Amino acid sequence: MNRSRRIKLQVFRITVFVVLGAFFLVPVGAMFEFSTRGNSINAPRTLEAWTQIATTPGLGDAIVASLELAAITSILMLVLVLPTMVWVRLRLPRISRIVEFICLMPLTVPAIALVVGVKPIFIWISNFTDSILVLSLGYVILVLPYSYRALDAGLSAIDLKTLSEAARSLGAGWGTVMWRVVVPNMPSAILNACLLSVALVLGEYTFANLMNYENLQVAIAYVGLTSAGTSIAVAVASLIFAFALLLILSFVRRPRTGVAAADPVELDLSKPLALSGAVYGRVGNR
Amino acid sequence: MTTDGRATPRAGVEVRLENLTRKYATTTALDRLTLTLAPGELVALLGPSGCGKTTALRLLAGLEQADSGHVVIAGKDVTNVPANRRNIGMVFQAYSLFPHMSARQNVEFGMQLQHVGAAERRERAREVLDLVGLGPHMDKFAHQLSGGQQQRVALARALAIKPKVLLLDEPLSALDAKVRARLRDEIRRVQLEVGITTLFVTHDQEEALAIADRVGVMQSGHLEQLGPPTEIYSRPATPFVAEFVGLTNRIKGDVRGGAVTVRGTRIPLVDPDVTDGPATALVRPEAVSLASNGEMEDGPLVGTVIAVAFLGAMSRVTVDLGDTIVLAQMATSAASDTPAGTKVRLALRPDPVLIQREEPAATAP
Repeated sequence: MNRSRRIKLQVFRITVFVVLGAFFLVPVGAMFEFSTRGNSINAPRTLEAWTQIATTPGLGDAIVASLELAAITSILMLVLVLPTMVWVRLRLPRISRIVEFICLMPLTVPAIALVVGVKPIFIWISNFTDSILVLSLGYVILVLPYSYRALDAGLSAIDLKTLSEAARSLGAGWGTVMWRVVVPNMPSAILNACLLSVALVLGEYTFANLMNYENLQVAIAYVGLTSAGTSIAVAVASLIFAFALLLILSFVRRPRTGVAAADPVELDLSKPLALSGAVYGRVGNR
Repeated sequence: MTTDGRATPRAGVEVRLENLTRKYATTTALDRLTLTLAPGELVALLGPSGCGKTTALRLLAGLEQADSGHVVIAGKDVTNVPANRRNIGMVFQAYSLFPHMSARQNVEFGMQLQHVGAAERRERAREVLDLVGLGPHMDKFAHQLSGGQQQRVALARALAIKPKVLLLDEPLSALDAKVRARLRDEIRRVQLEVGITTLFVTHDQEEALAIADRVGVMQSGHLEQLGPPTEIYSRPATPFVAEFVGLTNRIKGDVRGGAVTVRGTRIPLVDPDVTDGPATALVRPEAVSLASNGEMEDGPLVGTVIAVAFLGAMSRVTVDLGDTIVLAQMATSAASDTPAGTKVRLALRPDPVLIQREEPAATAP
């Protein structure tokens, strides 16, 4: 590649980076600017709207509820999806396309249609509890497409069949296979799936609002009716939190792959083995 | 313990596969396979892809369920016992080390599940890794080990749980030739040292013949022949075994009185109780010798060398007899006297041969 072409490519990259960066940061910057305005045009900059986040009634509870929902949804998603995907890959590969279709289907269903569909179930559940945390049951459906893709990529990166059979032959039950073999070998995929779930749950509004629960986004909307500055401050904070999560996602550790060349181990088969007998005095001697 | 400090080899357990059948949709992978492994014996199952050898091994391991038949280990029927409760060590074709664990942690994995104490675990892991020559590498992860080293760790891991039976599912097929040969010898050495009953599955006849006490040649879910390597090679029971194990010349002949006459040479038959008539004799290349000196008048065994393949100490000479091509295998020093283009006379050693009644194909493989 000649020098002028390299420079052009570099300029193109920087331009794309700047434009996309501006696309994300200008609105956030504008929101931050708005949230620090005083009460009049000539009033000095103030962080009053930000300090009110902690004192606005209901906002703190909504933030805590959303964080709890994000955590519960991530755990439910993992417990439901990961074993299912492992089982399908190992035992029922012929239905993998059906499972994929089911997992991706929420992408095509509008949240409002989903709410109409699951509302009767939530009404029945409300007989037992009125906790906002039941929303996680619906959020698991919403995060399915994203978590499925992330976990699918992770499972494809390991030789699941061989590893699980090796573990089984060593005496591991299915629970041990999942917990000690599958999960430790796909940390990036699991983290990706969780972060995507968290980001989605923290930004979710429609489902909670239509179900008459007050999560972070619903609370922001309510606060916005009385204090636009505080509402925008919370929105900026949640956006920065979500961006930070996605940034972490980009830098998570990738799994180790490939086989490195190692020093050859030369064996002198003519020498008797100096063994104490602790091993082969027992091996196979049952 | 013996006086030289080596543990006394002990007998393993008897393993019996009884009338095992496994079908996949319309395909019968295994058809009433019956096989008994004597205690401490290493049996190699040899055959082409799809012959059912891996299926047999997986049924023994409990990784698949048989449609019918029984698996008996040490006198106990384990047909319906899940894989994780059979106490069978297994080395896989693919690299199967847990990537997130070091070699030592891999070896300790099975022992942890058996609730072996930490101190004993560490000691036993060190010993089995020493056994396979990887003691100095015990803290390395899979990605820091070569393919051969990974398979050694897998072997150590399988042995560390004190299994009743050791299963080897083409453990050498992913390795290069030199490492394969070395590890093959090492597996045999370890197996003899430990004295464990072992089933070794491979499609590589050299591997099977080199290390097994007995070799079972399989085809289409059946066991064609089971016997010591020398018997499999020199007295194949069926034409399939003769052609699958080693190279075989197919030369037209005429059966009369329990022997076959091939181009004027009378050769005894492995099975003399056959009807007279035309047949194809299956003759090993090493049973064919060449002479290139003296007058070469035309005759049924006079031909021209068309190629000489150097195999190291041995060479394989391809001779065109006009209507058929014959392979001869001999010492390289002898083959050097007969370069391509030389007119030679063949001689067939009267070792017992098999015959095939089907219309023969071209001739040499």
